[in-house]
Amino acid sequence: MTELKAGRDGEALGISRTGARSQRSRYGDVLIALAAFVVLASLPLLFGSKALLDFVIRCSAFGLFATSLNLLVGYTGLTSFGHGMFFGLGAYGYGLIMQRTGVPIPIAFVATLVITAVVATVIGAICVRLKEIYFAFVTLAFQMLIHSTILSWASLTGGDQGLRGGIPRPAFFGIDLSNHVHLYITSCALLVIGLLLMRQITQSPFGYTLRMIRDNATRASFVGIDVWRAKLTIFVLAALFASVGGIIMALFVSGAYPEFAYWTISGEGIFINMLGGVTTFLGPMVGTVLLLILNDTVTRLTEYYGIVLGIVILFFAIGLRKGLMDFAVEWYTQRGDSEKERG
Amino acid sequence: MLEIRGLSKSFGGVKATDNVTLDFADGSLTAVIGPNGAGKSTFFNLVTGALKPDAGQILLNGVDLAGRTPPDIVRHGIGRAFQVASIFPSLTVEETMLAAVCADQRRAGVLHRRFPLAESRGRAEHAMELLGLASKRDRIAATLSHGDQKLLDIALALVLDPKVLLLDEPTAGMGTEERWRMIDKVRELWEKQKITVVFIEHDMDIVFKIAPEIIVLCYGRILATGAPDAIRRNGAVIEAYLGTEHHAGAAI
Repeated sequence: MTELKAGRDGEALGISRTGARSQRSRYGDVLIALAAFVVLASLPLLFGSKALLDFVIRCSAFGLFATSLNLLVGYTGLTSFGHGMFFGLGAYGYGLIMQRTGVPIPIAFVATLVITAVVATVIGAICVRLKEIYFAFVTLAFQMLIHSTILSWASLTGGDQGLRGGIPRPAFFGIDLSNHVHLYITSCALLVIGLLLMRQITQSPFGYTLRMIRDNATRASFVGIDVWRAKLTIFVLAALFASVGGIIMALFVSGAYPEFAYWTISGEGIFINMLGGVTTFLGPMVGTVLLLILNDTVTRLTEYYGIVLGIVILFFAIGLRKGLMDFAVEWYTQRGDSEKERG
Repeated sequence: MLEIRGLSKSFGGVKATDNVTLDFADGSLTAVIGPNGAGKSTFFNLVTGALKPDAGQILLNGVDLAGRTPPDIVRHGIGRAFQVASIFPSLTVEETMLAAVCADQRRAGVLHRRFPLAESRGRAEHAMELLGLASKRDRIAATLSHGDQKLLDIALALVLDPKVLLLDEPTAGMGTEERWRMIDKVRELWEKQKITVVFIEHDMDIVFKIAPEIIVLCYGRILATGAPDAIRRNGAVIEAYLGTEHHAGAAI
C-alpha cells in the first residue's frame, strides 16, 4: 500500500519492497469495505448524536474529494490546485437538476456525473499537456473561471447567495433522504463504494501505469504508454469522485454555495493530503477526519482559526515532513525491520 | 531491416544530423562512435521519436516511422535504453518488468483487474533472467547499484520484444571491470535474442573488440562505416579523433 515515499524510505533503509508493500486481493478489500460500512451504519444505533452523524456525512463528502485528489497528486504526480471545481460542479449540477427538472434522485446523480465527465474531459484535455506548476496554475485558473461563472450567472445559480429554497429529496427505492438516518447511511454507502472503486483503480494495471508516469513520464512513453491519454483518464475519473463528494455536500446542506467551487476548497484538499499523507491510500481519509475535528474544535475555541491551522500545516510540512499515515507506515516498517534484526 | 534515408535535423543554424543514410541488417550488431557533439544521441532521438526529423525516412521493414510518437515507434519494434539509466525509481524490478509488459500487451489502461496480470509474468520473468536481475526482483529500482540500474533500463527495452534495440552508451559511468561485464552482457543478449542491436560507445577498446560493424559520425554526418580494421586505419576518422598532426601512420 505504500507508494513513492516507501521507495525512498526503502532506499534510505536499504530494504527491499517485499516487506514494505502488501498486495491485498480485491476480495480482501471488499471485506474490509463491508466491515467498515457495517461499523458506520451501526453508529446511529449505538450513539444517538446527530452531530456525530453530521460529522460522518461531512467526512464522506470531503473524504471522497481528498482521496480523488490523491489519485492525481500521489499516484500520478499531477498537483492540481483546481480540483475543488469538480466538488462545486457536483453540488451545483445535482442541485440545479433536482430543482429545475424534478427527476428521480438516481437520474439526477447520473446526469451530474455525465456533466462532470464532459467538463473534466474538456478542461483535462487542455491541462494535462502541461507540466508541474503550469498544470497546477491552469487548473486553478479554470476553477476561478467556474467560480466566477457561478457568481455572475445569478439567474441560474443564485449568484453569491447560492441555490436557495432547498433541494427536493423525493424518495426512491424506499430511501427517503429527507430522513437524517437515511441520508447518513446513503452517504456512508457512497463513501465506501467510492473508496473501493478508487482502491481498485490504484491496484489495477492502470494504477501502475500512473505510477510509471509519476516516476518518469518520458520513460513511460518509451515503454509504449500514451501518457496524455492516461493522464486525461485519471483526471476525469478523479473529477467524478470529487463530484460525488459535492453531491453528498449538496444533499447534506440542501443547497449549493459559491464557496463549494472556490479555490479554498482545493486548498483544503491539498492540506488534507499533506495532513494525512499521499503515500498511502487511506492517508487522505485520515487527513479528512483530522481536519474536520481540528476545524470543529478550533472554531469553537478561538476566532483565529486560520492561525492555528497555519501552525498545524507548518508542523506537518517542516516538522514531520510527511503526513500522519506516512509517518505511521514508516514507523511500522522500521519496527518490523528492527524486530527481524533482533530475531 | 532498419533503413535510414536522408535523415536531417537542425537546431537553429546547427545541423545535428545531416542527410544521414544507413542500413542496419536484421540481427546485426553495430557500434556508433564519434567525438562529443557528433550527433550520436540526436540520431537515436530521431529514430526513437524523441525528436521529429526535419527531413528523411526511418523505414522499419518498409514502414516509415519518421515523425511518429515514441509509443507508436516502440509498438513497431524499436526499443531503446538511455545514457543515464531511465527507470521508475519507486517500483521494484519485478513491478517494472510486469508493468512494461502490460503496456506492451495494450493492457496499461485495464481498470477491472488487479496488477500484476498473469499473462505478463512469462515475458517479465524471461527478461529478468536474461539480464541477471531475477535475484533482485523485490528490490526497489532506486536502491539498485548504478550497473544494475543500467541493466534494468536495458531490460525495460528488451521486455517489449523489440526488433531493433538502441543502447545509448550502455557502459557510461562504469568502472573498467563493470564496463566489460556490461558489454559482455550486451553481446550475449545480441547472440541469444537475434535482434538488431545498435549501441553508442566511447570506449574504443570495447568498440573494436565486439562490434562487427562501426559507424563514425562527425558534425552530424557519416564520416565512415565499415569493419573495425577499416575504421581503425581510416584517415578521416583518425583526424576527427586525434587531429591532423597525428594523422600520418597513426591508428586508433
